[in-house]
Amino acid sequence: MWKSCRCVLAGLVGALLAFSAPASTRSAQHPPGDFGPPQGEPVQAVLTSPPLVPPATGRKKPAKVVVDLEVREIEKEISEGVSYTFWTFGGTVPGSFIRVRQGDTVEFHLRNHPDNKMPHNIDLHGVTGPGGGAASSFTAPGHESQFTFKALNAGIYVYHCATAPVGMHVANGMYGLLLVEPPEGLPPVDHEYYVMQGDFYTVGKYRERGHQDFDMQKAIDEKPTYVLFNGSEGALVGDHALKAKVGETIRLFVGNGGPNLVSSFHVIGEIFDNVRYEGGTEYQHNVQTTLIPAGGAAIVEFHVDVPGSYVMVDHSIFRAFNKGALALLKAEGEPDKAIYSGKEVDAVYLGDKAANLAPVSEARAAAASGTLTPEQQIKAGEARFTGTCSVCHQANGRGLPNVFPPLAGSDFLMADKQRSIGIVLNGLSGKVSVNGAAFDSVMPPMSQLNDDELANILTYVRNTWGNSGEAVSAAEVKAVRDSTKRPEGAAH
Amino acid sequence: MKTSARIAGLGAALLCCAAAPGSGNPYVRVPGNPRFQSALLGDQAGGVAVADFAMQDHPVTNAEFATFVAAHPEWRRGAVAPLFADSAYLTHWQSLDAPGEPLAGQPVTRVSWFAAEAYCEAQDARLPTWAEWELAAAADTTQQDARGDPAWRQAVLDWYSRPAGALALVRQSPANVYGLHDLHGLVWEWVQDANSLMSSDEAQKFCGGGALTLRQKENFAVLMRVATLTSLKPADTTRSLGFRCALGFRCARGLS
Repeated sequence: MWKSCRCVLAGLVGALLAFSAPASTRSAQHPPGDFGPPQGEPVQAVLTSPPLVPPATGRKKPAKVVVDLEVREIEKEISEGVSYTFWTFGGTVPGSFIRVRQGDTVEFHLRNHPDNKMPHNIDLHGVTGPGGGAASSFTAPGHESQFTFKALNAGIYVYHCATAPVGMHVANGMYGLLLVEPPEGLPPVDHEYYVMQGDFYTVGKYRERGHQDFDMQKAIDEKPTYVLFNGSEGALVGDHALKAKVGETIRLFVGNGGPNLVSSFHVIGEIFDNVRYEGGTEYQHNVQTTLIPAGGAAIVEFHVDVPGSYVMVDHSIFRAFNKGALALLKAEGEPDKAIYSGKEVDAVYLGDKAANLAPVSEARAAAASGTLTPEQQIKAGEARFTGTCSVCHQANGRGLPNVFPPLAGSDFLMADKQRSIGIVLNGLSGKVSVNGAAFDSVMPPMSQLNDDELANILTYVRNTWGNSGEAVSAAEVKAVRDSTKRPEGAAH
Repeated sequence: MKTSARIAGLGAALLCCAAAPGSGNPYVRVPGNPRFQSALLGDQAGGVAVADFAMQDHPVTNAEFATFVAAHPEWRRGAVAPLFADSAYLTHWQSLDAPGEPLAGQPVTRVSWFAAEAYCEAQDARLPTWAEWELAAAADTTQQDARGDPAWRQAVLDWYSRPAGALALVRQSPANVYGLHDLHGLVWEWVQDANSLMSSDEAQKFCGGGALTLRQKENFAVLMRVATLTSLKPADTTRSLGFRCALGFRCARGLS
């Protein structure tokens, strides 16, 4: 009864390749890219977690390279306060970066950790052979598979899990990049970084707190909750921003795991000097936005001429500002007014992602353990105020005369705590009088912020710039929120 | 003739129930379906014929499996030939023949197909076929076939969305319409024909892009089970894989 057929339900991509397209028969001579048998001792591949890239191989001859990649199913933060179960190659999303040289013989070991629930495999787009390794690497939890391939084509290649249902494995983060260096290597640059986009589908709404399960229907409908670089909203901002100095050249290996969306990759304030689409041999120059297909990748290079924050986005722009597809490169150095003289406007572009969110995390932990102090609330509130409220009310709380009312020393703000909670939750439009001056403007509802965040922001503004008032609690915000009807998704 | 055979079969099943050693895990009758729409087997028009059968109330627990090991020491950890169970077999048990108290009421895992089949044979039973398992698991608490219900689908997927932490005890979730517990949300389960699911014609169907013929979206959830079973060799064990036994007619697979 037990049959030995190991035909893999490995998924459509691998499977189609495996059974419908017989491998092309090559002539007896070596194909281009085959530089003969491996020479010297086997080399253990250096694998790196994003955004880092392994050093150049530096090899001049084909080698046997051993790759050990472990699959882990882990729970991690997808957004601040939101956890998700990621399925990963090497414990990160995207998976470990693999770097070999054209002509290398790669002995690939795929290990499925014993604590995992699911079977997994790997389809490497840089592999010539049925399924890109998928059928040969189909591995149950607690087991390991091995297969070997020769890296015949130079370029930057996506790898991904191709176990059924393929879409779900990919949606949970099972993708990464394989770089096959050309024989002569890549030209030297100052920094190489690894950035990969993916779309994610959760049952709860964008930034809805707590653990979020995968939503198959949203995935089928191609309506992502999150579109992210490197697997979480915080992956490449704040302290995790990519770094460079003026005068340096940056090389980004940019991949797109999908599963569904195509990326319009753009760096605000930069023009790509070189783009090597899909790892091809031709360079395109002076590119503003480059398309990264799902299951595809590009090598992007640019020179940093002036200091400041460069924001990477998917220029399908709602994804950037409403689904998380934002990353940051911070360039330090002397300004060059001849090239660019203007002021930076980080706050507007970055929203709250520019802020240091450590106090927010601290306050959340304190609130959970019941030890939250007004001081913690003020610090956390300041972090959220920055980039959200400060866009109009200004960082100094003074607003703009005749346009945005001041919060600093505001009689209107301090007169009625309940009213102020309601205004932040539900917005305010129309005439108000603040400190004797009339304003007639529109504040959008900020109901996308949760009770804790709103309580912290209000506590901050009521106790800063000379204001002095009692703290606002999350319970008070909740009471107001519960008692007011508002249209779903009114803000943002 | 057919009917009387069926009745006789059920009678045997009931007798076995009474005699079965794991009487804390009784066999629950599940009506068959001559044209069951399997995600995997049979053809679209005719489905696959599944005769009446009976299936255990919940996945076999560590305590239940320990009773079996005590009576059949050849299935103790360390005594089993590597051909029949890999090196992780029952490694989570406290000792060679006892799981230890915290594990007692959890489903047994890290058991091979051979061990599971031996357990069932010792009860004069067998592992359920895939079609039987799929039919039983298509139910929710009120409907025999809930696969078209988004709530059923999401419940299945939600389990996939959580890492394998400590296992819960059996029977913590409500019984389905047949009275069976834990078909979803606790462990994977071995079936008798696990590794022939993808053979011959079926293999072509899947591997030749036939997965596209999985006609209903809800089958996506079922597909994950099939993928898991086909990744395993019969001596394999994993931390999330258990089993339960069945009785009754062999599933008559529809021949198209």
